[in-house]
Amino acid sequence: MSQEIINELNDPSFQNSLNGTGRGLAKRIIPCLDIKDGRTVKGINFESIRDAGDPVELAILYSDNGADELVFLDITATIEKRKTLVELVKRIAANINIPFTVGGGISSVEDVSLLLQNGADKVSVNTAAFKNPSLLKQLSSEFGSQCVVLAIDTKKESDGEWYVYLNGGRTKTEIKTIQWAKEAVALGAGEILLTSMNNDGTKNGFALDITSELSSSLPVPVIASGGAGSMEHFKEVFNTGKADAALAASIFHYKEIEIQALKKYLSVNNISVRL
Amino acid sequence: MVAIIKYNAGNVQSVQYALQRIGVDSIVTDDKATIESADKVIFPGVGHANAAMQYLRERQLDQLIISLQQPVLGICLGLQLMCKYSEEGNTDCLGIFDEKVKLFSTPSTTVHKIPHIGWNNIYDYHSKLFTGVNDNEFVYTVHSYYAALGAATIATTDYIIPYSAALEKDNFYAVQFHPEKSGKVGEQILKNFINIS
Repeated sequence: MSQEIINELNDPSFQNSLNGTGRGLAKRIIPCLDIKDGRTVKGINFESIRDAGDPVELAILYSDNGADELVFLDITATIEKRKTLVELVKRIAANINIPFTVGGGISSVEDVSLLLQNGADKVSVNTAAFKNPSLLKQLSSEFGSQCVVLAIDTKKESDGEWYVYLNGGRTKTEIKTIQWAKEAVALGAGEILLTSMNNDGTKNGFALDITSELSSSLPVPVIASGGAGSMEHFKEVFNTGKADAALAASIFHYKEIEIQALKKYLSVNNISVRL
Repeated sequence: MVAIIKYNAGNVQSVQYALQRIGVDSIVTDDKATIESADKVIFPGVGHANAAMQYLRERQLDQLIISLQQPVLGICLGLQLMCKYSEEGNTDCLGIFDEKVKLFSTPSTTVHKIPHIGWNNIYDYHSKLFTGVNDNEFVYTVHSYYAALGAATIATTDYIIPYSAALEKDNFYAVQFHPEKSGKVGEQILKNFINIS
């Protein structure tokens, strides 16, 4: 590259002209797959794949349809059966060509090491990190904060504040979500996966206020989750909610929204996406 | 046979899987003779520049890498280590490329987040590494440090400022993004590298 071109690219007026061109860092669309005993929980009939209960087949389908990343959430109860998760991670890594995160019941450096060694790009931690915040520090110094996703389940109470919930939303805490998120990022969380319990399952849209608050005040990306019901909801969560990525499960799973069509819609609405 | 250099940096397995998907056999190794005799060498990595360089020096892998004659592809930290110097840990690197590696600095007026993580477009290609890749395709990237633009730049990304998405000099190639995680575009770039003769 010539010095002339380098100077031109480094010129501030050129850099300003980049804003609003629909390029740059794309907003990510992330389908989430719930896994139990190595199988997807909601068995849906996809004509194009033989076995919708096989997470790998579903992952390939999503990836081919334009998913930017995948999240696999393991809800397997017993430790014995969790061994199947490692085998599954290996198969996923061998078969898909986009990044993926594995979460659910992860509580130690050893758990994470095993998942990363077998090909997971990131892991998400939730209750274990809240109970033992030094886990975030250990994970980020051992593996780098880029692979440490902190999942927060949050609920807006009658006082209008958003609180952290644990154990899959069953246990309330007295800690405000913004406070925990800031602490977690300082300890080494590289991304926040924020699920609003008020919105989850409603299909009435994402929680825009808390998503925007977190995204505006944290130096790391925020993935919004819970409430997606229409393409417009994704537009809102990126524009008003300032989310860096949006995650959904059932609307993709039940094919209410096709990922490729969603991304075209977002692109038409001047949101930078990977088409 | 493609040799993937094994050292104290992560993400090696994903590269091997990606090669498998395009039908290319590879071996993950730190054995000097195996690396020297490979048709192609991939130098991947996710990790810390200083720790990685120290590891390479202790095993004389630094001398080996700069002496390689066959096509070499650095990925992510691999690219940064192939540069002259990195601000990460104030590290002298391999010096294959003259470009320097700097930490992103965020102007207070913007909403850019660090690390730069996700899918970003690349453009202005000057290499056969990008044969068949459209301008402004998106690739997957995860990094806090970047190689500045320079004489070896063969593709550009804009994030906070324009920087080197890829570098090339003689038989050495390097990409800041992760072709092994960049969908079909990434596969094309890996195929292009494999096809370099």
